[in-house]
Amino acid sequence: MAVEDKSSKWLSFIFLSVMALFWILPLLWVLSTSLKPESQAISWPIRWIPETITFQNYVDVFLRQDVPILRWFWNSFFIATVHTALMLLFNSMSAYAFARLKFRGRDVLFWGLMGTMMIPPVMNLVPLYGLISTLGWVNNYAAMIFPGLASVFGIFLLRQFFIGIPHELEEAARIDGASSFFIYWKIILPLAKPSLVVLALFTFMANWNDYLWPLIVTTSADMRTLPVGLAIMQGQFNIQFAKLMAATLFSALPVVILFIFAQRFIVKGIAMSGIKG
Amino acid sequence: MKLQKNGGIPLNQPVKPGRTDWKEKYAPLIFISPHLFFFIIFLAYPTLYGIYISFHSWNFFTDATFVGLQNYANILWVTDSLFFDYFWAAFRATLIFVILSVPFLVIIPLFLAIGINTRPFGHNFFRALFYAPSLLSVVTVVLIWIWMLDTNAGLVNYYLAYLGLDAIPWLTRAPWVWISLVLMTIWWTIGTNMILFLAGLGEIPDQLYEAAKIDGANKIQQFFHVTLPGLKGPMAFVVIMTTLASFNVMAQPQLATGGGPGYETRVLILYIYEVGFTGGNPRAGLAAAMSVILGMILLSISLIQFKLMTREK
Repeated sequence: MAVEDKSSKWLSFIFLSVMALFWILPLLWVLSTSLKPESQAISWPIRWIPETITFQNYVDVFLRQDVPILRWFWNSFFIATVHTALMLLFNSMSAYAFARLKFRGRDVLFWGLMGTMMIPPVMNLVPLYGLISTLGWVNNYAAMIFPGLASVFGIFLLRQFFIGIPHELEEAARIDGASSFFIYWKIILPLAKPSLVVLALFTFMANWNDYLWPLIVTTSADMRTLPVGLAIMQGQFNIQFAKLMAATLFSALPVVILFIFAQRFIVKGIAMSGIKG
Repeated sequence: MKLQKNGGIPLNQPVKPGRTDWKEKYAPLIFISPHLFFFIIFLAYPTLYGIYISFHSWNFFTDATFVGLQNYANILWVTDSLFFDYFWAAFRATLIFVILSVPFLVIIPLFLAIGINTRPFGHNFFRALFYAPSLLSVVTVVLIWIWMLDTNAGLVNYYLAYLGLDAIPWLTRAPWVWISLVLMTIWWTIGTNMILFLAGLGEIPDQLYEAAKIDGANKIQQFFHVTLPGLKGPMAFVVIMTTLASFNVMAQPQLATGGGPGYETRVLILYIYEVGFTGGNPRAGLAAAMSVILGMILLSISLIQFKLMTREK
């Protein structure tokens, strides 16, 4: 709607402002709580701006021996990064073959794979855990990096993009004797950067925030990821809300930074992956 | 040179003799095999194995014993089985959550998207703000809301007291527990749906609105006769995806209410998790059977979606 009259703009602004209040207040309250001394966190009357601003909660959270939050941060970061890198590589390779190479059974295989997107993940919970424990991967990074690589969503997303790349460049290279591997690596991948960025963002965020699977496949404190660690910390901290909120904010830091840099990509990516799916 | 529409390589390109070395010949296989390897090991095989396991008594460690339909019977129709009561209670809890949450998770983002789409002052800020909680992990979201909704120290009850109202047991009493769970889920997840609606609104041609205006349609009539029909595709997608996501709810009740009070909010995945993965003697076969039942429900919803979407085109 390019043409909009003033009255609907005003109406929208008022409606959105009221709603925005509900969306922003919890975030501000978390920030406020995390900067208060624990004793003031639950003092009434409520103070939005802390009487004394302190970063002690953040320090405390790092220093506690029973709550190895830096270790969890590292676990989450390592797992999400490695998982994302492998996902991009393997999915782009597959997507290239499905979009650009001709081979027997290509379309049947592709749509067969896509069909499995309908299989609800919950069905795999029990057998996958059985497999992981047989492999001896409980409390192992492998359990949190590899099973997710079975996903076919990225192949779908990238193939859509690869198909749209014009053929001229590729043909010129072929005539010069370039192999499929050269074309994939030197022509297709550089051109596909926007869609690779989108997939990387989604994959990283989903992995960083995953809860149920890491909860199931980790049992020792030092192998937990941030979400699982935080959930367990809820009990261990005996409801010390100021510290809990500090830890909560800290855990969201990487995705918030990602979001600030990549807001446009995220929005585009959701629109792209959603509707056309 | 004729190109294939769907992006394949040109069909009539002559194959040069030099290029048919083994690497090129097996190139497709080499490209797809890394993913295919993980797909077979971690998706295809477990899916079939899970169905197999659902007919067995198993605890992950010892050998599985074949029990036929016993697991399914205990859950679905043997009324004096303990699991029968618990399963149906969990089923009820899941349905309640789906029915309470889905309408809000569709309607609120729809109106936010329509509002933002009129491009009022600050629309980029609004879009970013409403999407922001979607970035957070469910654990972060629940912890924030536990703090806000704490009966004694929470912000919400503080302001209720300010208005002279009694403290509300948000996380310990029905029906408040449901309101709390739905509230935090709305706050957490509307961003994605909002962006899907925004994308859909962008596809509706301005001329339709102009035509409607010329015909004398007011804002409300335009909404029902132009906006809603124009959003049919995204709407179907959003409703189905949101329904599937709501059936998969687990972490919010686990962390916020512990499934309580009693078994009120112990939803299916939470129950599957408890039966299969907690306690000294995990009943993996039983948990697998429950997963298969829930899986079949979700699969049927997906199939309806597929039907709707293919009819569209």
